[in-house]
Amino acid sequence: MLNPRLPDGTRLEISLTVNGAARTIHAYPMTRLLDVLREELNLTGTKEGCGEGECGSCSILMDGFLVNSCLIPALQANGTSIVTIEGLANDNRLHPLQKAFLECGAAQCGICTPGMILAALHLLDKIPQPSLDEIREGLSGNLCRCTGYFQIFEAVAKLSRNGVAD
Amino acid sequence: MRANPTEYELVAPGTLQEALALHASEPGSWLPIAGGTDLMVLYAAGRLQSRKLISIAALRELRNIEVASAEVRVGAGCTYTDLRQHPVITKEFPLLARAAAWTGGIANQNRGTLGGNIANASPAGDSLPVLLAYDADLILVSASGERRIPYRTFHTGYKKTLLAPDELIHSICMPRNLSGYKCYARKVGARNAQAISKVFLAAMVRISNATIKDIRLAAGSVGPVPIRLAGTERALAGQPINDSLLELAGKVMAEEIQPIDDIRSTAGYRTVVLRNLLGEFLQSLPGARFAS
Repeated sequence: MLNPRLPDGTRLEISLTVNGAARTIHAYPMTRLLDVLREELNLTGTKEGCGEGECGSCSILMDGFLVNSCLIPALQANGTSIVTIEGLANDNRLHPLQKAFLECGAAQCGICTPGMILAALHLLDKIPQPSLDEIREGLSGNLCRCTGYFQIFEAVAKLSRNGVAD
Repeated sequence: MRANPTEYELVAPGTLQEALALHASEPGSWLPIAGGTDLMVLYAAGRLQSRKLISIAALRELRNIEVASAEVRVGAGCTYTDLRQHPVITKEFPLLARAAAWTGGIANQNRGTLGGNIANASPAGDSLPVLLAYDADLILVSASGERRIPYRTFHTGYKKTLLAPDELIHSICMPRNLSGYKCYARKVGARNAQAISKVFLAAMVRISNATIKDIRLAAGSVGPVPIRLAGTERALAGQPINDSLLELAGKVMAEEIQPIDDIRSTAGYRTVVLRNLLGEFLQSLPGARFAS
């Protein structure tokens, strides 16, 4: 059993892979993964919007699945592999999705953008050439209050036409 | 007020047996948490009463979908994504696959579980009317054994269930003999995605000789628990499909639901819309010709 009965307020050692690198942190088991990423690992690209799983700004990939990191206790992330927005660009070369977002004007204030890009990455991983309806559904858990969504859909559609190897 | 993580205990047993043993050691004091899509919302808002939680998210024993000849047994830990992707669920239980697709966005579907939806016992849970319509049974498990109960007896009052303090929901069993049934489900919410339902209707019917042989109607968000509209079913069973069907059904239905006014809708709206959904369903039956 992981975490056999510890007294309240004891931090645990939690090991996970973040953007390809093995990391070990100490956190309370109920600390939100979002806070582990932002405060323990200084990965502030993952944003907190609503903090209740409605807006998607804290979306990350956990073992390849899109999840809201505000709803995950740190303990449940032990042993998993996480991808955050910081893991997409390769050195100084942007990921094709990041480029497509820039080219299409798919970001304004930027709060939703990291989660939106990870949701798009997850979608294209499952459905390489999504229809507009599939793009809408794939991003339906990610709210944007600036763009009106059309530029975002366009960026994802552009990438599905060009392929991720662009 | 924000929750303080130092005040909470969370443990992750490696096996179902260990989880049940811990649950049995202090019945009622450990709250199981799976995908966290409901509980972590309460937690973040500082409204989670339980200070001790058992994580059951990683228990493989709860994650199977077993296809037997007479029924399909879905492990309580299966996510909405698991349900949407399973070939037998999508083919034979399309209402469940559809309800899974209507629950939250993709990120929540990747985490939220069918067992969690049942245990959370919200009258607005999207999969619940569907499970009622499919005449599902639940297998409940504890350190001292397991028992099987009809799902329609499970919810005993608002957020009250038959689950004993040392039990977990193990699996959900749905009978497979559904060929010949026409099925229907519709959720009405504020938007298509990420919305909690204002009204939900799941329905199944078997017709022969233009007469209703068997009908099952289950509704969500129109009372303290998701319900089978048993009175409406009785009124419709054996009826020929004709012009007076909807009037008859609408009247009985209005008497057996107990909708309320709340932040999402009003009792009046819910009654009218449920009647309209019932009308849409009845209208779709072969031979139906009446204005809804």
